[in-house]
Amino acid sequence: MRAAVIIFPGSNCDRDMLSALRLAGHETIKIWHKETELPKNIDLIAIPGGFSFGDYLRCGAIAAKSPIFNEVIRHINRGGYALGICNGFQILTEAGILPGILQQNIGTKFISKVLDLRVNNTSSTFTHKYATNRIISIPIAHHEGNYFASKDDLKNLRDKDCIAFEYIDNPNGALDNIAGILSENHRVLGMMPHPERHIENAHGCQDGYPFFEGLLQKA
Amino acid sequence: MKARVTVMLKEGVLDPQGEAVKHALNSLEYDKVESVRQGKVIEIGLSETSEELATTSIQEMCEKLLANTVIESYEIEII
Repeated sequence: MRAAVIIFPGSNCDRDMLSALRLAGHETIKIWHKETELPKNIDLIAIPGGFSFGDYLRCGAIAAKSPIFNEVIRHINRGGYALGICNGFQILTEAGILPGILQQNIGTKFISKVLDLRVNNTSSTFTHKYATNRIISIPIAHHEGNYFASKDDLKNLRDKDCIAFEYIDNPNGALDNIAGILSENHRVLGMMPHPERHIENAHGCQDGYPFFEGLLQKA
Repeated sequence: MKARVTVMLKEGVLDPQGEAVKHALNSLEYDKVESVRQGKVIEIGLSETSEELATTSIQEMCEKLLANTVIESYEIEII
């Protein structure tokens, strides 16, 4: 599988993302946000965490309008796979690719800690290596992770099995404990927690590894 | 021409910053403060002479970038 990692000014989890993808055996390429074309035969676009454009205006709002994003949207509209972690999730909602928005944490604080997540959907390419309802330990580090969506969007997420991950102990006020969601076709995933930080033995936990290992493998 | 765009969270959307400011005002003994909502003001200078065209154009900017209409509303004022 060939993955393109998009990098914005202020991205800071791009190397972790690249490293996790490579360790899981995938080919990777880095793409600067000012590019206007993606290389051919890209299977997955990965949007890393960080503080793109200093979180100016709203987290992810400016990155979602950057030159490369026309291509990202085209890739997704063709049925391509995409992944957004943390700021990457915020960017995907700002681009209108995933429903809802990530608001400031309810306690107004930046939260950095390791949390338990329930794997709610296990049919997507991102989650099929996990058993249904398995609890995994994954770090979070964000200030705007409080997921909000309209009643209709929330119903649609539930009806179409698009809620991928839920917090066991809600850290940020997210609606229905939502930590990560899928697009309707289950090919785009956005999540606030960082699976790329629980990959190697040295990380103390490898619960994030199956996430990367399973990408675009047949279930 | 100059315009001022005010972006506010829609009613019913929780505003943790506004709440924090309200608590701070209450602790300064402004007991009558019952609610605080915090928003953004964006001033735009543009080379347009028609107020109508400027407003239409800024409305488009708000929908595309300046506000996220899932949770925010906006008001445009030509100044």
